[in-house]
Parts: sequence; C-alpha cells; structure tokens
Amino acid sequence: MAIFVWGLNLGIDFKGGSILEIEYINKRPEVEIISQDLETLSLGTFNLQPTGELGYLIRTRDLSEVEKENLDNLLTLEGQFEFVEKRYTSIGPAIGQELARRGVIAILLVVALIILFIAFVFRHVSRPVSSWRYGLVAIIALVHDIIIPIGLFSFLGYWRGAEIDALFLTALLAILGLSVNDTIVIFDRIRENLRNRISPHFTETVGISLEETISRTINTSLTTLFVLLSLLFFGGETTKDFALVLSLGMVIGTYSSIFLAAPLLVLFEGRASRRS
Amino acid sequence: MSKYRILALILISFGLLAGYFCWSSEVDEDSRFYRPFKLGLDLKGGSHLIYEADTSVVDSEEISDAMISLREVLERRINVFGVAEPLVQTERVGVGAEASHRLVIELPGVTDIDEALKMINQTPLLEFKIEDPDKRDEFLDFFEELNVKMEAGEWQEAEALADSRGFTEEEMYLATDLTGRYLKRADLSFANQALSGPSVTLEFDSEGAEIFANLTQDHIDETIGIFLDGELISAPVVRDEIRDGKAEITGQFTVEEARELVRNLNLGALPVPIELISIQTIGATLGETVLEQGIKAALIGFILVIIFMIFYYRLPGLVASISLLIYVALVLSFFKLIPVTLTAAGIAGFILSIGIAIDGNVLIFSRIKEEMKAGKKISEAVADGFSRAWPSIRDSNLSSIISAIILFWFGTSLIKGFALTFGLGIIISMFSAVVVSRTILLAISPKHKKPVSVFLFGSGFSR
Repeated sequence: MAIFVWGLNLGIDFKGGSILEIEYINKRPEVEIISQDLETLSLGTFNLQPTGELGYLIRTRDLSEVEKENLDNLLTLEGQFEFVEKRYTSIGPAIGQELARRGVIAILLVVALIILFIAFVFRHVSRPVSSWRYGLVAIIALVHDIIIPIGLFSFLGYWRGAEIDALFLTALLAILGLSVNDTIVIFDRIRENLRNRISPHFTETVGISLEETISRTINTSLTTLFVLLSLLFFGGETTKDFALVLSLGMVIGTYSSIFLAAPLLVLFEGRASRRS
Repeated sequence: MSKYRILALILISFGLLAGYFCWSSEVDEDSRFYRPFKLGLDLKGGSHLIYEADTSVVDSEEISDAMISLREVLERRINVFGVAEPLVQTERVGVGAEASHRLVIELPGVTDIDEALKMINQTPLLEFKIEDPDKRDEFLDFFEELNVKMEAGEWQEAEALADSRGFTEEEMYLATDLTGRYLKRADLSFANQALSGPSVTLEFDSEGAEIFANLTQDHIDETIGIFLDGELISAPVVRDEIRDGKAEITGQFTVEEARELVRNLNLGALPVPIELISIQTIGATLGETVLEQGIKAALIGFILVIIFMIFYYRLPGLVASISLLIYVALVLSFFKLIPVTLTAAGIAGFILSIGIAIDGNVLIFSRIKEEMKAGKKISEAVADGFSRAWPSIRDSNLSSIISAIILFWFGTSLIKGFALTFGLGIIISMFSAVVVSRTILLAISPKHKKPVSVFLFGSGFSR
C-alpha cells in the first residue's frame, strides 16, 4: 500500500544519474553560492546537500567527461577553494534499467526455486496437505516478508530521501534466503511429527510443532539480529541502510514464519479435508 | 570417547593454525606467508568504469575476436601507467543481435578520474577510408569553380565560396574494413627526412595486408584517407597495388608528434569505438573508513553472539563459541586462499553468515535439550540431538545458498562479493556446526548423568 502512495524512490543505480561527494579542505563555500554557479552549467535539475562540516553531496543526471571536468573546475570557485573528491558515480540510464530488470528476474527466480525446493524436500509428507501447499505457504510468507521492507523504504524515500539501490535489492534477496530458513525449520518439525503420528489431528500436530520450535526460532533470530544490529550501528554509512533492511526483514521473517506460515497450513488442510 | 577427544584436539589445533595463518599473513610483512586480504574497490579506493563497445561496425562472427583484442589493447595501455592489479574484462549483456558488448575496467588506487580517463582515451582509433565517388565529383566541381574564381581575381567571392563549402574533407570518405585492428606494428622512419620530415610506417598483419591490397588495387589514382580518432591526418594517392601490407604516413609531423603517434599505435589501436556508460570512483580515505567500521561491526557482533550463547546455553554455548572461533578462522583463511575480494557488502555478508553459523548450533542444542528432557544419557542426547537436527540444518541452509547463488549470477561485482562471502560462509558454517561442535561436545560429554553435568549441558532457564 505504501508503495502506491509514495512510489519508490529509485536510486541512481536504477535510474541513472550521478553523485559526487566532495569535502573541502579548509573552508566550505556557502550553499547559495554553489547553487547559483551550478545553474550556469545547465546540468538540469540538481540536488546540493551539505554533509558533515566540510562536505557536499551533489546529485545530477549522468555526466559526460567534459561536464564532470567543468563541474570540478566550478567547485573550486576559481581556485579559491580546494577540495578532495571522496567519491563519484555516474551511471547511464541504460545500465540502470538493465539492473532493475535483472533484479526483478532474480527475485522471481529465487521465489520459483524455493517453491520447487520445498515441494521436493517435503515430498514425503503429502498427506494431509500436499507438498506443493507447503511451498505455496512458504512463498506467501516470503512475499509478505519482502513487501513490508519495500513499503517501509517507499515511505522513507518520500520522507527522508532514502534510496533504493543495488544494495537494497541484495538485502531483499538475502531476506528471502534467511526467512525461508526459519520457515523450513518449522515445517521440518511438522514433517517429523507427522511422520511420528504424534496426533491424529493435523492442527494439533502443527500446534505442538510450533511450541517445540519456538524457542529455537526466536534464539536464532535473536543471534542473527545481534550481528545485524552491530552492523547497523557500528558499520559504515554505505551498509547502514542495508543492515536496516536486513534487520527488519529478519524480524518480519521470524514473525511470518510463526504466525503466518503455520496457520496458513492449517487453513489449507482444513479446506482440503472439507473437500474430500 | 577418547577418539573424539583426539579428534577434537586435532580440530582445535587446526583452527588455531588457521587463525595464526590469517594473522601473520595479514600483519607481518616479512613472514613468508604474507598474503594480505584482497580488498575491493570500495574499501581500497579506486575507479570502476564500464564502456560500451560499438559493435555495429564489425561482423557478428568477428565480434568476440574484436572484444578480445579490445581488452588486450586496453590492458596494455593501462599497464604502461603501472596500475597495480588492474582488471579489464569483457562482458556481454543480452543475447543474439541485440546483445551489448561491454568492457569493465577496474583501476584500484586510481582515484583521480581524469587521470584514469586519459589513460584509456589516449588509445587512438585508426581508420582507412576510401573516397566516396559521389562526394568526389562534387568536390572536384567545387574545386574547379573555386579555381575559376581565383584565376579571375574574384577573391572575395572565392572566399565566400570556400566558406560555404557544404562538407568537410572528412565527409568525403567512406569507411572500409581496414582499421587499427589489423595493424601489426608502427615504426618511426627518417627515410625521407630531408624531403618531408619524419614519417610513420605501418605494417599490417596478413589479413590486413590482404584487405589493403584489395583496397589499393581497386582505387588506383585515388586517395586513401588515413583517419586518426576521426581526424584526417593524411590522404596519400594510391599509385599502385600494395601487396606487402606496408604503408607510410608522411607529411605533417614533428619528430615528437611522430614518435608519440608510433607509440600510441603500437600500444594498440582500438578495434572498435567505445563509449563510457558508467563510472564510479571511491576515494581512498572513504574506503579506509568503511573498512574500519566494517571490521568493528564484525567484532562487536561476534562478541555479542558469544556472550549470548554462553549465557543461554552454558557449556554447549561455550563449545559453540569455540567452534565459532574456528569457523571464523576457517572462513578467513578461505578468503585469503581463494582469494576472495572483500568489499563492504562482502564484509556484511560475512557478518551475516556468522549469524547463520550460530543458527546451526542453536538448532542442535535445542534438540539436545529435548533429548535430555526425554531422559537420555548425556552422550546419547548429544549424539541423537545432532542426527535429528541435521535435516533441518541441511534444508534451511540450502535455501539460503540458493538465494546466494542467484545473487551471484545477478549482481554487479559489488553484489557478487556479498553473495560469495555469504554463500561460502554458510557452507563452512554447516561444517563447523555439525563436525566441529559435535566432536568437541562428544569429546567432553561425561558418561554418567550427574546434576552438575545436567546443569552445564542444559540450556535456558530452569523450569
């Protein structure tokens, strides 16, 4: 829902464009002065953001080599101010689109493979719920896991300018892998309990399995969360957003495995048995 | 149990060895193991450029050859400037006729982007073109008119006519197949110095020689335009068919210019034109900061996890911590040996895999707890715990590996780094959780059930 309201704030990795981050050595000229000068370069819309005490972050469309040189020259304000270039990225729009396309394909692939994988692994437990159902349920949980971080980022994008870049996509794919982890453990327990005929009622079996696995699931998520949180707070700027998405995804993944996947299974079983 | 004790000792000492290896190869420059981690561009600083090659000028069968020689040429060019460990790679995106052919260049340590671009752009594009017959007639007519006017003394009109010339000299020519691809070598020659100054002799390879022979045979008494980077530098008249594949460019060079041209041509003429479509530079100081922060985060996460494990799982927790340490040593050794290029995302992947390594252990321990509650002896509980937890570990980690593999396929080099460390970490964690933890636990688990042992091996809070 959030996506529709605010849209996705795509970073330059996907849209193309350029980012220049510089830091002046001694003194930093005022925003207005640089802004005005930047207008003269006719670079189209640009975004000038001060960072820290001495730095600036400049975003524009992708620049040719000549334009970049001109920009560099201009930023020294006729040699008065020296600066150091911390990083510079310029990406043509064609590459960006391609990256987006590959990203979507990658996500779809992972989802498909996971359904197959789960159906295969759980093939022996086709009663009372077919193994495909397991796969399906897992996928529903996964999709749920992904949609929420995307929605959050859509909101953050609008409000704080957070960008969706290649790293974000990586985080999404990592969440897919991790959250399935949890779900499989629970399913595995269900499988084992079904095999051992712990109870004649599927619902009860699921319930017992959940109870048994809950401490384990929470612990794992907790430990992984520790690691992620330390990355979030102590890691560098570049991986901050990444860690945020992963942490969120982790928490949601755990929650979805417990409160979404298992109940869905029961639901499906209920419908299946009513049909037969 | 003693065989497990021995095995456990072996594993632990192996782990220590691996740890020492990592340490000395990173820090001690004199050690003969010196092999520091390979750092990616975003940690070390450097430039990452993507060029798109315009392959429309080349036949489709020849494209891969052209790309290979393009890569070689640029690599030679870059090596002249002494960049440490540059990376020049071709990449094909898409399939069939619509595919784009790209060149990815990574220059570690080169943070001045203008410098980097100059290195690459300096390679000249050499082309040989023949006269366009239509344009030639036009030109001849024009020239005649101009002559007439000049002879008639109508200077102003002549000038106006010259200015209004609709086309440039360059446009008079049509491209041929003969380009710098076929150039074998260029030489500086002073043979005709007295007459025309230093000249540049060109020698084509056998294919090029053939094309050249055909060209000259078909266009005797016409000029062949020699273009360097799109600019016409010489247009000698063809007197005869040239079969030996040699040509000479004379005329407007100073010695310096000739020398530079020869050098540029020899270092390689570009087989296909290229265009810069993406560029990324990271300054070295930024890279260092990211690296430091990444390491700090890894350490802190690690310590937190160990504290938690020991606190909650007690003795098995301690075992898990030891096996975790061994795990880290192993993984880092792998990173060194393969070698894996670490990027900021790669470090994140490694940190994440620490969490997953723990996951395996947690699974096992909660199983053990259950077995113990069911009343089994400790050693039995441990053994059974492991065997019953294994399917879960295997399946769940496999799913993470699947997504790592897809990430690897999908990603840019940055993402590949993450996928690699993540995937590798998971695989090794399976080993460490199952083999290492198990061995150590079995090594130290007592044969009889005593309250102390129960406490130590139990986990969680008493109920």
